[in-house]
Amino acid sequence: MSNPAALDVRDLRKHYGQTIAVDGISFAVKPGEVVGLLGPNGAGKTTTINMLLGVLEPTTGTIFIHGIDLAKERSRALQQTNFAAVYAPLPGNLTILENLRIFGMLYDVPNLSERIEEVIETFDLKQFRKTKCGVLSSGEQTRASLAKAMLNKPPLLLLDEPTASLDPSAARYIRETIVEFVQKTLIGVLWTSHNMYEVTDVCSRVLFLSKGAIVLEGDPKALPGLHGKNSLEDLFVTVAREPLALEHHPA
Amino acid sequence: MNPRRAFAIVLRIFFLMRGSFTRIFPLFAWAAIDIILWGFITRYLDTVQSNFNFVSTMLGAVLLWDFFTRAMFGISTSFFEDVWSRNFLNLFATPLRLSEYIGGLVVASMMTSFIGLVVMLTLAALVFGLWIFSFGAVVIVILLGLFLFGIAFGIFAIGIVLRLGPAAEWFIWPMPAVLAPIAAVFYPVAVLPIWLQPLARAIPASYLFETLRAIVKGGTVPADSLWIGCTLSVVYVFLAFWFFRVQYYHAVRTGLVARYSAETLS
Repeated sequence: MSNPAALDVRDLRKHYGQTIAVDGISFAVKPGEVVGLLGPNGAGKTTTINMLLGVLEPTTGTIFIHGIDLAKERSRALQQTNFAAVYAPLPGNLTILENLRIFGMLYDVPNLSERIEEVIETFDLKQFRKTKCGVLSSGEQTRASLAKAMLNKPPLLLLDEPTASLDPSAARYIRETIVEFVQKTLIGVLWTSHNMYEVTDVCSRVLFLSKGAIVLEGDPKALPGLHGKNSLEDLFVTVAREPLALEHHPA
Repeated sequence: MNPRRAFAIVLRIFFLMRGSFTRIFPLFAWAAIDIILWGFITRYLDTVQSNFNFVSTMLGAVLLWDFFTRAMFGISTSFFEDVWSRNFLNLFATPLRLSEYIGGLVVASMMTSFIGLVVMLTLAALVFGLWIFSFGAVVIVILLGLFLFGIAFGIFAIGIVLRLGPAAEWFIWPMPAVLAPIAAVFYPVAVLPIWLQPLARAIPASYLFETLRAIVKGGTVPADSLWIGCTLSVVYVFLAFWFFRVQYYHAVRTGLVARYSAETLS
């Protein structure tokens, strides 16, 4: 049997009364693939991520994480994933080591002490092991969150704006570390970002969300040309302002 | 149920407690103050009214009621640690099951309330000569019943906070004080107005305190009362867990878990 997709989403919808936050999206993330989830504020990116994390119930649709149905086997499915988001830092009143131990136990990571040392090494957090997360800089907090996100070597990694609020040097370091990790472990990554340079750099495929629906999908390097735009950023602006006015220029 | 995940919740509380004076101090300080205050009041009452043993009856009741309160706050305070540190998204996006989360909170509460109990027992014995276990092993059963009721009440309380948002925390702190008058802590249920008595009869603590008063008076153990009190406590633990579960799934449906600090009320 072939390897299941890291993530397989089918006809996912989320309605809040009359408001449609996510409107029947379907997509997959293959092992070793980094997929960018793009869209203007309020397009439904974080709503989608929250549904993938099992903290928001979809109105309809199915989510398979590494072949496991999230709705039917929530705990087992979430064992196959992990996430880092700029708005969900690790608890500031515990040290990095304490946080990693607790989350390692929650994800039931085998040989936990050894694995903690590995991620501390990977994200260059040695000198902060016993520092409370609340006193770390934004960059250090992001590295700590990423260390947590990779503790269980998840087949699916969800990253919601992982480099937001980082300086260019720290952001590059984070990108390089994640890409290296993906190449080494062949995990699938769903990455949301508003930094189009970053997306072009790390993602092999992007999905453009607008008003809860996927309006474009493709290679971030080729997509702008296909729609008569000079850059991914130009394309993003068009999608954000007038998604129906996209020109299509076949390659 | 994965015990390792439940233990992670206990470990989190332990990590927060160690080296945090502000978290350790309340574990025994208020319990000690209550025992000292009520110890002197009851000692005084014993001197003016000699045909009623105030120290055993009243101070024993204070001690047991405080233990119930500690058990309840053990649950709610541990839950609030996750609210205060905005940890819901991190926590509930893990494979953690609700039973493991609540199981962890119960064990944490057991540890913290036990510390308060030891302090209260020691003070009551050394300063006021009240060794509550001298009334027999039945006291252990009463303590167990009250602990279970405290757990049930704590889980019910955090279910309310989960439903109404972080600001509802202020509903929780006075809850034991609201419950005390109808829980027959210091007086029998018969003292209450007729219309209030059915409500008191629905509270497990009322049966357990009636049992305490009976054994302090030197009578036989009212087995019915003890049995009903303990059984009701167990039933309430399951009901409270069910209530919390309903609130949690409501929060998952509405998106409140992911954006808990927004205090979305829907």
